[in-house]
Amino acid sequence: MNKNQSTKWNLDPAPESAGHVQLKTQYELFINGKWEKPNSGKYFDSINPANEEKLASVAHADENDVDKAVKAARHAYENVWSKLSGKERGKYLFRIARLIQEKAREFAVIETLDGGKSIRESRDIDVPLAANHFFYYAGWADKLEYAFPNRPVKSLGVAGQIIPWNFPLLMAAWKIAPALAAGNTVVLKPSETTSLTALKLAELIEESGLPAGVVNIVTGYGDTGSAIVNHPDINKIAFTGSTNVGKMIQKAIAGTDKKLTLELGGKSANIIFEDAPIDQAVEGIVNGIFFNQGHVCCAGSRLFVQEGVAETVIQKLKDRMDTLYVGDPMDKNTDIGAINSKKQLETISKYIQIGIQDGNEIYQSNCALPSNGYFCKPTLFIDVAQSSQLVQEEIFGPVLTIQTFRTVDEVIQKANNTPFGLAAGVWTDKGSKIFNLTSKLRAGVVWANTYNKFDPTSPFGGYKESGFGREGGLHGLEAYLG
Amino acid sequence: MTRLSVLKTYKIYIGGQFPRTESGRYYSPLDAAGKPLANVCLSSRKDLRNAVVAARKAFGGWSERAAFNRGQILYRIAEMLEGRRSQFVEELMLQGSSEKAANQEVDLSIDRLVYYSGWTDKYQQIFSAVNPVASSHFNFSVLEPMGVVGVVAPQNSSLIGLVSTIIPIVAGGNTVVVLASEKLPLCAVTFAEVLQTSDVPGGIINILTGTEKELIEQFGSHMDINAVLYAGDTAENYKTLQVLAADSVKRIVKFKLNPSDETAENPYLIQDFQEVKTTWHPIENIGGSSSNY
Repeated sequence: MNKNQSTKWNLDPAPESAGHVQLKTQYELFINGKWEKPNSGKYFDSINPANEEKLASVAHADENDVDKAVKAARHAYENVWSKLSGKERGKYLFRIARLIQEKAREFAVIETLDGGKSIRESRDIDVPLAANHFFYYAGWADKLEYAFPNRPVKSLGVAGQIIPWNFPLLMAAWKIAPALAAGNTVVLKPSETTSLTALKLAELIEESGLPAGVVNIVTGYGDTGSAIVNHPDINKIAFTGSTNVGKMIQKAIAGTDKKLTLELGGKSANIIFEDAPIDQAVEGIVNGIFFNQGHVCCAGSRLFVQEGVAETVIQKLKDRMDTLYVGDPMDKNTDIGAINSKKQLETISKYIQIGIQDGNEIYQSNCALPSNGYFCKPTLFIDVAQSSQLVQEEIFGPVLTIQTFRTVDEVIQKANNTPFGLAAGVWTDKGSKIFNLTSKLRAGVVWANTYNKFDPTSPFGGYKESGFGREGGLHGLEAYLG
Repeated sequence: MTRLSVLKTYKIYIGGQFPRTESGRYYSPLDAAGKPLANVCLSSRKDLRNAVVAARKAFGGWSERAAFNRGQILYRIAEMLEGRRSQFVEELMLQGSSEKAANQEVDLSIDRLVYYSGWTDKYQQIFSAVNPVASSHFNFSVLEPMGVVGVVAPQNSSLIGLVSTIIPIVAGGNTVVVLASEKLPLCAVTFAEVLQTSDVPGGIINILTGTEKELIEQFGSHMDINAVLYAGDTAENYKTLQVLAADSVKRIVKFKLNPSDETAENPYLIQDFQEVKTTWHPIENIGGSSSNY
């Protein structure tokens, strides 16, 4: 595996061992601190996208199960959690943070097995960030009166939370930690392709001694999510996922008192100026689009290069792409792992076909892909029109479009010209230009001379059809307070 | 045959080490029954100067650590204190507390450490600002730690007084030289042992035992101490401190809360030992393009 034709030397395989990982063959629903069989008796398979082998059976929750979970959450909210002092709530969250740190390796391995992302990323990014997120919000639990001056601190009640498959554990942490810190209880649904780390988190929460019903985890498909969204006794919906589903949720809860935050899709511009440090910028482009196989809502999927350096940047980018290791996600050398699911691979392939049919110049890195599992070569489309589907629609894979520009004004217009507004990147040596761009770009996060940086203290979220509300930082508390 | 117990030598804590006072002197605080508790170091002005050197040396590294990392370390102190709580309870009782009061004091100290552990990466978000100046500039103000801070701990408290005064200061990235309670010094020395096993780098917190009367002038006049928190109860000493502090424009803050009170904790105790730094940066506005989307 990992034979890479274009480099002169190859690294030997360095696979992480999965020997110490404890996975059950079948997972039930985590409701009211107990493991409950699903009402329907139905289970679905969670598979490893890198070899298409089954990892475990996972319970499929229906309306009745969701109702049970909401009742448990309501009961825990009324009788236990809302009566606990902020200090004690915080101490539970600190415990959870510590337990994640203690079990970091197990979580990283399961995340990689279940989701296909490289072990390097799950080990160094997903899991530590998840622990840090709990640690950060743990500290807020007894300090809420400082967050929004002159506003009485009031929790909302039961939060229904639906999370995606691209950062399964991290998204669970982003949702659960602030909700609990602010005094709410939770019913959380992970994505059907990546339930396992959320279920391991449920085991860990059991171990932490968190009162029963404060966190409930129900697994399933869209119908399970829809049962959460439509449940009358939920006070708050937090959703991270596609813009289409986000719009459906916003419609579904219209006319109710449910509070809503949406973190949806993106088509973020990564802008390289002539005065940028080119080698660093090329690294930033690679990180921006190929991080997590491009399954990143804030991926820098639209590259804008100023004309004077376009040729150099594109050549260096191609050279750099050829050195990327695509293959076994469990291998510590792997840069790009498996595409999360067959369905997602089909979506990405569809867009690549559209790009080719439209007559765009395509470049794919020169690497061999494993014969099993779902893999996609890192792909560039060069000189793509602003109106192209590839530029306007979210692909959610390792596919980058490249456009060139001459002036600052031109790139501002082009960068802002999509329905999305999640993130953007700016590469230039000149500080005054950075701040011009950060004030003109209509996006919730702007990275200057860096890309895809995340921190529990830093708010994240979008403008326009990328959703509303912020997660992380002081601003992330707002979503969970009345 | 009865076993003879091994008694502990109470030493001071400077730069992560446990030296005896360079002066070789001692004093013997008494327990409630008037019996000597232990022979404790009577620190000299030279010990204070040594402690300031250690604190200054540690300041750069500590203040540049990520706020998150400082929080992790403070949380680790809480974990270690919880593990050694029985020793603190015992010492508090030796110094006259009831068992119940001693346990409450240790509980409160642990929870207070956890409380400030949570503030390290949050106070900046409460007190900093982006300032909407009228010209085309990006202008922001952030807090930065003052440097080496001297602390005169409360006289009437052994553990919670020490924790409540020094922890907000180190949470904000300062390093500390603290003079423990003269009458109740035992927990301060034992707390140093907790610090040494808690991933706290040497020199961040330096703990001296001795008399306020002897050291107060040096706290005020030392040219390399940036600020002093006075939690003692002698008006005369406080004034001496204020007068001498003027020679180095030292910041002097008085600790006015009762540390045993559950509400004697807030982020303003962190802010008291922070400077405000404002940065201006131009925003270039070339073609005047607007973001109308």
